[in-house]
Amino acid sequence: MALTRRALLGGTAAAAALGLAGCSGLTPGRDPGGTLSFWNLFGGGDGLRLTQMLDAYRAANRGVNLEAVTLAWGNPYYTKLSLATLGDKPPDVAVSHLTRAKTLISAGLLEELKPEDLARHGLDAANFTARPWEAGLVDGKAYAIPIDTHPFVMFYNTDICQKAGLLDTAGALLPLDTPEKFTEAMKKAKDVTKAYGGVVAIDNDVASPWRIYQSLYSQLGGETLADEGTKVVIDEARATQALSFLQGLTRDGLMPGSIDYQGAIATFANGQSGFYFQGEWEISTFQTAKLPFSMTSFPNIFGGGKYAVQADSHTLVIPKQPDQDQANLDRSLAFIRFLLDQSKTWAEGGHVPAWKPFLDSPEYKAMTPQSNYAAAADGAVYDPDGWYSGSGSNFEIVTSAAIGSVLAGRAAPAAAVAQMRSDLTSLAKTASPV
Amino acid sequence: MTASQTALPTRQAIDDDPPPPRPRGQGLPAAGFLTPFLLLYVLFIAGPALYGLVMSFFDTSMVKPGLSGFAGFGNYAEALQSADFWSPLWHTIWFTILTTPPLIVLALVLALLADRVKHGRWFFRLAFFVPYVLPSAVVALIWMWLYTPGLGLIETALTKIGLTSPNWLGDPGWAMPSLAVTTLWWTLGFNFVLFLAGLQEVPRELYEASSMDGAGPWQQIRSITLPMLGRTLTLVAVLQVIASLKVFDQMYIMTSGGPNFATRSVLQYVYDSGFTNFRIGYASAVSMLFFLVVLAVSAVWFAIVRRQEKEV
Repeated sequence: MALTRRALLGGTAAAAALGLAGCSGLTPGRDPGGTLSFWNLFGGGDGLRLTQMLDAYRAANRGVNLEAVTLAWGNPYYTKLSLATLGDKPPDVAVSHLTRAKTLISAGLLEELKPEDLARHGLDAANFTARPWEAGLVDGKAYAIPIDTHPFVMFYNTDICQKAGLLDTAGALLPLDTPEKFTEAMKKAKDVTKAYGGVVAIDNDVASPWRIYQSLYSQLGGETLADEGTKVVIDEARATQALSFLQGLTRDGLMPGSIDYQGAIATFANGQSGFYFQGEWEISTFQTAKLPFSMTSFPNIFGGGKYAVQADSHTLVIPKQPDQDQANLDRSLAFIRFLLDQSKTWAEGGHVPAWKPFLDSPEYKAMTPQSNYAAAADGAVYDPDGWYSGSGSNFEIVTSAAIGSVLAGRAAPAAAVAQMRSDLTSLAKTASPV
Repeated sequence: MTASQTALPTRQAIDDDPPPPRPRGQGLPAAGFLTPFLLLYVLFIAGPALYGLVMSFFDTSMVKPGLSGFAGFGNYAEALQSADFWSPLWHTIWFTILTTPPLIVLALVLALLADRVKHGRWFFRLAFFVPYVLPSAVVALIWMWLYTPGLGLIETALTKIGLTSPNWLGDPGWAMPSLAVTTLWWTLGFNFVLFLAGLQEVPRELYEASSMDGAGPWQQIRSITLPMLGRTLTLVAVLQVIASLKVFDQMYIMTSGGPNFATRSVLQYVYDSGFTNFRIGYASAVSMLFFLVVLAVSAVWFAIVRRQEKEV
């Protein structure tokens, strides 16, 4: 095992060669020779549909070498996107959640999309639904092109609801727009299933508890953060009201108090609950399971005249390019436009299109159950602004932990509000890195 | 390996002989020979480490130019008061506790066995060492398949013999031991080779002489092999503790620190704070705190080696 000088030098040379290869080879990024790189975070059903859309683009644009990269969802994706952009090796086009694009914009990592450039490709503001378009603006400037809105929705088992007498003569679900009606429906469904009325994922879930709570809390008009996330403004009374209502449902056995994401899907798919609450993307799961189900907007339990529901949007963005020229920009915008024109394929995955030409078409209105909850997009409430906020962020992790403990019956609503306030305050007090 | 060999003449030089006179007029060539290494060292190790130390006192952001506002000891205070810092630190230490003893003991036992094999010794050496040359991503993928609930090899095998298998990577209690087993399989070969090298250095005459005196194999291992392996053992122990404290790849790839942060190591916390949350200043402060832990471990090793050298 004696280390000879020759071996050492050889090893060093090999290591140096590896290091150099790491710098120059394999780095994804822009290649001026006709390659369009596109990063996304879609797996499962969304991934399959995106592949169809990309194949259509390839077939229509033989001259462009489209290089699509799918990365792991959530923080790993945004970390890589940020680092690649900081290192001057960004993809030409990338997907971003609207709530995460906000942080990327304030970090200066996205290209501003000027109205005249957008207009050349027919991407005027008027062609998009107002809610996601306006939510994506920063100081009135556009950076992110929304392709959809994905609201938190209500799935229901049509057989169970039929037996429970919850459907009207046309087979549509009767409105559940008050706390009493909602609770009553859960009870009736429970009587049929002999297990649970509804189900929402709680255990080890860093988003679902936040989604259902935020829907109720914002129906009550509550806000969580203010001033770009530097202030916590939780309304004690409203938050407690929303949490007490949710805790009542699990306490009375109408919903399970301890169940994880896959468990919640299985409970609904096996007919052990009549209702399931989650983002609309789970549509493919239940279609594959051949379940008799339909979907509608999450009920307006506390909102009265004004509807609100937790939602986010997928957007297409152009990361800051080290040497963007007109031709590159136009190629990227044309690619974005091409994807928007295939909104039908995308809508099959449950997402509400943001592209008005398709949203307003009879073709979309004929799509069920997708069109049932299209109106939910107008009541979309996005996660509040803040560098630690957004889809799958620390903000959702911290709030979901507190809300989950209420749903599980481990904490009183007031204690959970206090926990949320203290955890969020320590994030809010931290100097923003962007 | 090399440490034990080079340390030997130095120690004798200090203890027995007066130091030889320093050759004169060699300063310039020596500096010339050292320059390439020093340049790389300053550029890639000393420089960045110093820069990290400076950044740890500022609210440095990854996406803003410059150091940003001065934070004093604010970042350190935040880390020391935050459960988000202490729990990954404990996870790293827990991982070190789970992996270090088996990686030393098992490697030693296997090296002793492989050393005694008469035929096909190369096969055993190769078999135990081969996993070590695999990159971490490959190892992680292999073991993720083995651990997969429902259709993984381990669960299938356990079900066949009538046992129920836990969710190896999905259960917060099992995730860390599962990662430890993966690491054991992966890195055992390195310690194994170090021990094997140490065994080759034990003079054969000692064994011959002892067997003349009627010592059995057990007695030979206890009274000759283990004492002669003392230095190798210390070296392996320290390299192993440091390697275990540096754990990142397996966890990042196999569990992303989950479930529910149960396997997030300190280095992943540094990565999350610095690269995901853009808080490079704070991440540097956490690195510095972790550096102190590693420094403490190294100091203990240094003390042990000094004592060993005096004893010999």
